[in-house]
Amino acid sequence: MTAAAIGADAPRRVVGGSIRRSRRWALITSYFFLILFAIFFLVPPYYQLATATKTSEQISNQDTNPWLPAMSAGQEGLNPGGANAGKANLAKIKKDSWLPAAVQGFMANISQLMNDTDFPIYFRNTAIVTVCVVIITMVIAVPAAFSLGRMKFWGSGVLATGVFLTYLVPDSLLFIPLFKVVGGLGLLDSYWGLVLVYPTLTVPFCTWIMIGYFQSIPKELDEAALIDGANHIQMLFRIFIPVALPGLIAATIFAFTVSWAAFVYPMAFIYSSDQLVLTAGTITSLVKADVYQWGMIMTAALLAAAPPLVIYAFLMDYYIAGLTAGATKG
Amino acid sequence: MVDTTPRGLAAAAATMNRAPTRRSGGASLRVLARRRSTTAFLFALPLLAVVGGLIVYPGFYAIYLSMLNKAQTKFIWFGNYTFLFTRDSFWMVVQQSVLFAVTAVFFKALIGVITAHLVNNLPAKGQRKWRGMLLVPWVIPLSLSTLGWWWMFDPTYSAFNWAFAQIGGPHIHWLSEPAWARFCTILVNVWYGSPFFLIMYLAALKSVPGELYEAASIDGASAWQKLIHVTLPMMRNIISITVLFSLIVTFANYDVVRVLTAGGPRDTTHVFATWAFLLGIQSGDIPLGASVSLFMLPILAISAVFILRGVRRRGREI
Repeated sequence: MTAAAIGADAPRRVVGGSIRRSRRWALITSYFFLILFAIFFLVPPYYQLATATKTSEQISNQDTNPWLPAMSAGQEGLNPGGANAGKANLAKIKKDSWLPAAVQGFMANISQLMNDTDFPIYFRNTAIVTVCVVIITMVIAVPAAFSLGRMKFWGSGVLATGVFLTYLVPDSLLFIPLFKVVGGLGLLDSYWGLVLVYPTLTVPFCTWIMIGYFQSIPKELDEAALIDGANHIQMLFRIFIPVALPGLIAATIFAFTVSWAAFVYPMAFIYSSDQLVLTAGTITSLVKADVYQWGMIMTAALLAAAPPLVIYAFLMDYYIAGLTAGATKG
Repeated sequence: MVDTTPRGLAAAAATMNRAPTRRSGGASLRVLARRRSTTAFLFALPLLAVVGGLIVYPGFYAIYLSMLNKAQTKFIWFGNYTFLFTRDSFWMVVQQSVLFAVTAVFFKALIGVITAHLVNNLPAKGQRKWRGMLLVPWVIPLSLSTLGWWWMFDPTYSAFNWAFAQIGGPHIHWLSEPAWARFCTILVNVWYGSPFFLIMYLAALKSVPGELYEAASIDGASAWQKLIHVTLPMMRNIISITVLFSLIVTFANYDVVRVLTAGGPRDTTHVFATWAFLLGIQSGDIPLGASVSLFMLPILAISAVFILRGVRRRGREI
């Protein structure tokens, strides 16, 4: 319960109507301004979605309102620059005319994206890199956090501080020396190079979150386990990981979203189309044609952003717990 | 239900000033303790490898690289730095980076405080929905949402210009006039970063004890006085931590400027990250790029010291 609500309840009995009325006005004002902010925050994704439902021909028609999604089905074959495969799919989709025009347009853009571009390759590469990085991150961060947070050794306090400091070193400072390092290992222009360097973005913060969660566990628990004869590995897996599971989920989500969204490293290290990931691939290779196919580009941006959004929609509380746990980069 | 207060931060901070381990009696306990610290060290070894090999070593390697000539064959000490000092475009980048970071962080913090208070005013059951909606910009990968902004600023089909045209407004060249281009990069960054401040401040607001407000009410404090004398002092630490964090990340931001303007028009929107990328990777002068990116180090180090102090103090409060 918030303090404001407590404050509202108490004097109501004493003073009566006027305070209740002023509370209501405060609420209405809050909603009004929140709606304004929500519009500001949600306009770009909305506009991306509206564009994603249109053909290039519909987009370049300046008589229609660009803020609205497609109202009528796009003309087959008028999609400039679209390859034949895309057009064939467009025609096939048109037959299901009971679908709203906007949905048809969106599906046509998706099928063109899947058939005529390298988007599926980017998606696959991103998925491979992200899964590998999440696993590597958790395998490194969880035991390290257990050791730094619960076990202690000579210098562990300094190391915990050091981990926190390395978390503050941005990727835009590290990419030039890492370019040389990755090049020296022969991993330039390969997504395995990204698997190698992405842990610099995820490991320090995930360790940091997990230290916090492990330390919030009562000390009696590991003493009891020690008396029962458990060794430290058993203790970690049987007691600490299950108890700190919310923290583990928050850290996993963080690692996932960060490696999905990473941009500087793939821009610097990858240049072949078959090795690119979604962020860099969408920016560099889709946005390069003679005629920008905005409908398709916006569809790509939306699909590429979908996995983090879906995870956020289902695991919002964990997401926010991870965010506030250690004052994430912002 | 997950605890959404910054507990992890505080708890982790407590490690840093925790007293040394208990004194153990007897030889067997000492053996146990030694074995324990060996295991602990082994557990932390992979972390040491990643932090040492991929963050600390490259950090120092960057300093070494920045002192080589373009072909990386000769050590020229501070030659790259003195060269940069003579270039006008370098000073423009310094100016633009500072303008970009300071303005963006200021507005992010302002919008964050306002929206956090607005959400906190709502009845408890509606807060979750609003918080979920307002955090969306933070969840979308920044490079992809910036692409959406770029499309809205498009010179021919700009959605904003279309809307302005309906009410007889001006036609603005968003990304091709330096002043507007700078405005746009800052706007997109504010759009992306404000939700993070909202979440941090909302968590901080919830952690202010309700009794303080009750006491203030009894003393006859107005809403404004409660804000100035209760809320802000209680949130001071978390506000400063968030602002400094954001300052570092905004200062080092690459995505927004790269996607929106790629530094143009005429290099007026370049920040350190994009200029270092242009020189170091695209033009192939790695030492010069490294020296540009290292100019981010001072502001980073100063912010880091203050963040650490704030985090420690917060750890002690809780």
